[in-house]
Amino acid sequence: MPTYKAPLDDIRFLLTELLDVEQLSKLPGYEEATPDVLLAVLEEGAKLCEDVLAPINQSGDAEGCRYENGVVTTPKGFKEAYAEFVKGGWPAMTAPAEFGGQGLPHLTRFVLNEMMCAANLSFAMYPELGHGVAMTLEKWGNEELKHRFMPKIVDGTWTGTMCLTEPHAGTDLGIIRTKAVPAGDGVHELTGTKIFISAGDHDLAENVVHLVLAKLPDAPAGTKGISMFIVPKFLPTEEGGVGTANGVTCGSIEHKMGIKGNATCVINFDGAKGWLVGDEHKGMRAMFTMMNGARLGVGLQGLGLAEVAYQNALAYTKDRVQGRALTGKKAPEQEADPIIVHPDVRKMLLTQKAYVEGERALAYWVGQLIDVEEKHPDAEKRQEASDLVALMTPIIKGFLTDTGFESANLALQCLGGHGYVREYGLEQFVRDARIAQIYEGTNGVQALDLIGRKVPEGNGRLLRRFLTLVQADVKEAQGDPRVAEHAAQLADAVRKTQESIMTVMQKAMQNPDEAGAASTDFLRMMGLVATGWMWLKMARLAHDRLAAGGDARFYDAKVKTARFYFAKLLPQVDALAVTMKSGAAPLMELEAAAF
Amino acid sequence: MKIAVCIKRVPVMEVKFAIAKDGASVDETGLKYDVNDFDLWAVEAALQLNEKNAPGEVTVISLGPDAASEQIRKALSMGADKGVLLKADKVPGDAFAVAEALAAELKAGAYDVILFGKKSIDFDNSATGAMVGELLGLPVVTGVSKLEIAGGKGTAHRAVEGGVEVLEFPLPAIVTVDEGLNKERLPSLKGIMAAKKKPLETKPAQLGGAGVTVSKMELPPERAAGRIVGEGAAAVPELVRLLQSEAKVL
Ligand SMILES: Cc1cc2nc3c(=O)[nH]c(=O)nc-3n(C[C@H](O)[C@H](O)[C@H](O)COP(=O)(O)OP(=O)(O)OC[C@H]3O[C@@H](n4cnc5c(N)ncnc54)[C@H](O)[C@@H]3O)c2cc1C
Ligand SMILES: Cc1cc2nc3c(=O)[nH]c(=O)nc-3n(C[C@H](O)[C@H](O)[C@H](O)COP(=O)(O)OP(=O)(O)OC[C@H]3O[C@@H](n4cnc5c(N)ncnc54)[C@H](O)[C@@H]3O)c2cc1C
Repeated sequence: MPTYKAPLDDIRFLLTELLDVEQLSKLPGYEEATPDVLLAVLEEGAKLCEDVLAPINQSGDAEGCRYENGVVTTPKGFKEAYAEFVKGGWPAMTAPAEFGGQGLPHLTRFVLNEMMCAANLSFAMYPELGHGVAMTLEKWGNEELKHRFMPKIVDGTWTGTMCLTEPHAGTDLGIIRTKAVPAGDGVHELTGTKIFISAGDHDLAENVVHLVLAKLPDAPAGTKGISMFIVPKFLPTEEGGVGTANGVTCGSIEHKMGIKGNATCVINFDGAKGWLVGDEHKGMRAMFTMMNGARLGVGLQGLGLAEVAYQNALAYTKDRVQGRALTGKKAPEQEADPIIVHPDVRKMLLTQKAYVEGERALAYWVGQLIDVEEKHPDAEKRQEASDLVALMTPIIKGFLTDTGFESANLALQCLGGHGYVREYGLEQFVRDARIAQIYEGTNGVQALDLIGRKVPEGNGRLLRRFLTLVQADVKEAQGDPRVAEHAAQLADAVRKTQESIMTVMQKAMQNPDEAGAASTDFLRMMGLVATGWMWLKMARLAHDRLAAGGDARFYDAKVKTARFYFAKLLPQVDALAVTMKSGAAPLMELEAAAF
Repeated sequence: MKIAVCIKRVPVMEVKFAIAKDGASVDETGLKYDVNDFDLWAVEAALQLNEKNAPGEVTVISLGPDAASEQIRKALSMGADKGVLLKADKVPGDAFAVAEALAAELKAGAYDVILFGKKSIDFDNSATGAMVGELLGLPVVTGVSKLEIAGGKGTAHRAVEGGVEVLEFPLPAIVTVDEGLNKERLPSLKGIMAAKKKPLETKPAQLGGAGVTVSKMELPPERAAGRIVGEGAAAVPELVRLLQSEAKVL
């Protein structure tokens, strides 16, 4: 059975050294969130992930969810684990005190979320969706709705879902058909079918609260005619308990490639009572609060799975003996050398390690920015943070899940045939990682969001802000002989990124397909540059710590992993610059009939 | 009811240990620490007793370096009320030196029940609790796997060879806790946040003189690689021969 140990040393390094989270406790409302409190919380959260969630991951996959007579049952042990999670008060981590939350920084949840996804992605999604509903309601709901639903979701008694997808409408939500008809007293009756609804129905909590996209009778066509409603499975009573069934039923669950412990449901609404959240026809704007949070959360899924897959691959490659090192026996007492001696195996391991650690730094940096965006007293600082989060959201979602899947797949490869069989659990990580590239907007859609919306916004203001930060660090690092070579490599990658995007944007003014054709290449390029930026920062910091007598093993590994990243992974930017330059024509000239 | 629990900061056992340059202690670089397992069960026992016999108070005492305050905080986040750190940069290997310091602190507290883990997983002495009992002149029950306290007296079960011994004792008393008494609770998020605000007093440990010192430490010899003697029943005679002549276990 695979094992999971939360990477607490790396987490501590990132929070207290790279990101200096002490700054968070200086923001109004976060006074209690001092580094020692955050670390104490995360250490206990780590134990929960290791001891409670990880042990039921493989069995949850083997057993899957069941659907019988309209009732969904989660795999063995999920119910008890959820009860433990709720008893510990974990769902309430970042919610405001007014609704029973602990009001901790969002960054804390980022870290916990990564650990939960690594330990048991199927499980992690149940509380995560509830959290998303609570956050969205907090922002867009009226006081009455907030007080009716939030405390129950915040304490974990109820969970939540997001109901967007319909059989004929996935990426294109403008054509959804679910109807909402006013029924007086501010109540609407919803009718329609949603598919692929994660955590749509289950036996972990007493109620499921759905945020549903639907159309009012007078709705304009397209995405400008969509409204958002809150629709519970059971109607809440005055006392805050659960009352009668509300015409929301689960029609079936999907049989799928991965995340088998999470119920993916067809949800039917038959005149179900719902309440409008946000303004009429402005549902997409409101739902984007949930979607943006969820996109970052899905990025963390990629990261978490890459981490746990790497841990298990690493242990295997130190243990498995096969073949002799090309330079002569390394373990003469054994009949062959541990496979970690082979260059190709090292390349696979280092690719995983360099992505995971670099992306973890990047993700936590974004997590911290969300707190700055929400709490900083200076409006300009808030705006800057907001711009950076907006720019980074598709990158975190797309790049961390693409490389997350690649990493998990490499981890499997490290085990050879044993990676392919069930016992070792690697093939489950690969299957589980695969969905993260699809839901919450496919990675193709993330790339379009980046190139079509985030880059043009404010005449390139978001991108400029980001590149200014990178260039400032590059400039400083160029004068530091320990990392000057990396700084030069990153400077070159930044220059190619700027040139590539400028060329594409110019061509796209004549032909929009140019942007579409370059989009996924550009997203990957940005991911590589952003991760490279983090590696440059980490390498400098590690050199400083080594000079000051810090833990030699830890910091030396950072320095060497940075070297690997700049030598072997960042150069993908060069190839991407070439393919971006080749434009849309090679993609568009073949007629569909001729494929 | 006033309950005290003595807990020890110990290295997490998952790492490979190395011996320090002095040849008589463990190299501490890279070690991670936690509360001694048996002491966690003692904390849990204290919290459960406190819940049953409210109102009361649970005090957690640890003798150790500044960093041992992390272990005290953990017990506080599980629900203990206050902590005392008896500061000693190096914890003596002699349990008696430690017991004297703990006894001095405990004496002043007028506790009804004082709980210890049966042993610490680092040095395995199983001595401290009993020694403190001796120093304080209190009844001591060691290795308890079931515990009840009511009406000013206690009943405890301890596993003995082939059976269970049931003991009764008056309060105040010292109880050392064995595996199986309970499973410790995970600290809740609220508990962790609250722990920061609970009182934690630090004072220098009044260590007794050490009668015993560690003169040398050695790692167990490397185990030689296994050897496959043969296959199936045909290999048995050779195996028996080797077990007699080489391994000398038969
Ligand atoms: C396990 C699972 C859980 C899910 N959970 C939820 C949930 O909780 N709530 C929910 O509402 N939905 C959920 N979904 C649905 C998921 O979000 C959609 O599957 C996803 O948005 C893609 O939609 P689709 O499947 O209809 O694919 P399509 O939209 O048909 O896309 C097919 C392909 O075409 C590409 N494509 C489509 N349009 C464009 C375009 N304009 N430009 C470029 N490329 C395009 C896509 O990138 C994709 O590669 C879940 C799906 C799965 C499988
Ligand atoms: C479904 C399935 C069907 C199979 N069918 C058959 C069959 O019909 N007949 C049969 O005989 N076998 C069969 N196999 C076994 C298969 O050929 C082996 O799994 C494969 O050769 C890899 O060997 P291994 O699993 O021992 O991995 P290992 O050899 O342990 O390799 C583990 C990792 O280390 C790397 N590695 C190992 N040595 C070196 C080296 N010297 N230099 C660089 N890298 C190295 C590998 O590339 C791999 O990434 C099957 C396996 C599976 C999973």
